[in-house]
Amino acid sequence: MRIANLTHGALFMLGAYLGVSILKLMPNLWVAALLGGLAVAAFGGLLERFILRKLAGNILGQVLVTLGFAYIIADLCLVVWGGDPIPIPTPEFLQQPLRVAGFAFPAYRVAVVVLSVLVGMALHLLMERTRLGAMIRAGVDDMQMARAVGIPVSKLFTLVFCLGAGLAGAGGVIGGPIMSAYPGLDADMLPLALIVVILGGVGSLAGAFAGSFITGFVYTFGVALFPQLAYVILFLPMIFVIAFRPRGLFGKFAA
Amino acid sequence: MQGVDALYGDSHVLHGISFEVGAGRVLALLGRNGAGKTTCMSAIIGFLPPRKGAIRLFGEPIAGLAPERIARKGVGFVPQGRRIFPTLTVRENLRVSERRSASSVWNLARVFELFPQLEERAEQVAGSLSGGEQQMLAIARALMGNPRVLLMDEPSEGLAPLIVAEVGRTIARLKDEGQSILLVEQNVRLALELADEVVILNTGRVAFTGSAGEARGNEALITQHLGVF
Repeated sequence: MRIANLTHGALFMLGAYLGVSILKLMPNLWVAALLGGLAVAAFGGLLERFILRKLAGNILGQVLVTLGFAYIIADLCLVVWGGDPIPIPTPEFLQQPLRVAGFAFPAYRVAVVVLSVLVGMALHLLMERTRLGAMIRAGVDDMQMARAVGIPVSKLFTLVFCLGAGLAGAGGVIGGPIMSAYPGLDADMLPLALIVVILGGVGSLAGAFAGSFITGFVYTFGVALFPQLAYVILFLPMIFVIAFRPRGLFGKFAA
Repeated sequence: MQGVDALYGDSHVLHGISFEVGAGRVLALLGRNGAGKTTCMSAIIGFLPPRKGAIRLFGEPIAGLAPERIARKGVGFVPQGRRIFPTLTVRENLRVSERRSASSVWNLARVFELFPQLEERAEQVAGSLSGGEQQMLAIARALMGNPRVLLMDEPSEGLAPLIVAEVGRTIARLKDEGQSILLVEQNVRLALELADEVVILNTGRVAFTGSAGEARGNEALITQHLGVF
């Protein structure tokens, strides 16, 4: 699709705040994640249809517009939900740590890892094993020719953008018990997402998987072992990848 | 196609082009490089909506529609340079183009029967096929949409003589099955063999319209508009 989207951090944060409000009405985190995800997906769809669509092929324009929207979303969140961090409670049945071989793991984090692996696998199957996925890949291969065989590429790309936005929004709700919702959450998440994509490679699910693994481990160990250098350690692998392998580990295009 | 003008930017490429493909007939569109043959194809499939004139599919106007709408109305397109989806497998290339209608004749099984080589390579990534196989795939992909008219832009381009003959046999067979075809070819001999009617373009204007027999018998015409030497 080749859209440079810098609203992802803001969509994550929007999801988290929407989750806060939904949880007041329905105290179930998973329902909140689903509804929050759907709401953010709808918002993403509008953004793609009415604004990004007009900037097809204009990467710099996309960067500026999506960054602008990230600021707008962030400020709107500040207006609606205020400046104080709002915690999102961990579901009760996941509050006890899991004990395995003498180690204690926080059960909620384990559940998030399992859930993200499931989502990743579902996305992989959708893209690689279904006709819909093949149509999307055909559109990425040769958009004009895909239209000439009758594939409604523009609708599919809107759908994909909605899916991406929705996953960011749902991720914000599910990340809530770990990170909570606070002003600046967007700016904390966006660099992580960008590093994942640059490490793994643009346009590759396997790359996103590998990139998020590496980023997660490097960041966590970096913070624990060399707290002053956490960001340096985080960006160092990215600099090496950009210098020596600009496509990323699994990428199809240069980032 | 009636009185069609088309422009790339400001350069006028087609000047009031008109021709008609009869149902079940093969029309060869001939002309030198730059005569406007591919531009005609682009205008019909919707890549380059015409500035003036009308394009009708069995009476229904299609000029100005989006390419996906035109394809769904029954225009199959085998583009110049084949343009198969290189990262998809052969089977996926066919499945994404599949469209059934009440009068469907083509499906995966029948396409594989026409091109047994494609079945052998069904799970292979299409970008790894040979040029001839890619051409077969491009034709098969267009057939999967069960087109009412098939546009073929230089299907013999860049292929070995043996493969060109095979493409020729395939087109002849499609014609026997009653497929309407608009064929653009540089290979004049092949085109004249296959076609019922011939339209010759010269610098964006129709220079000749007639039967393939007439064109074959008129050597002066061929030399004037198509001869390279």
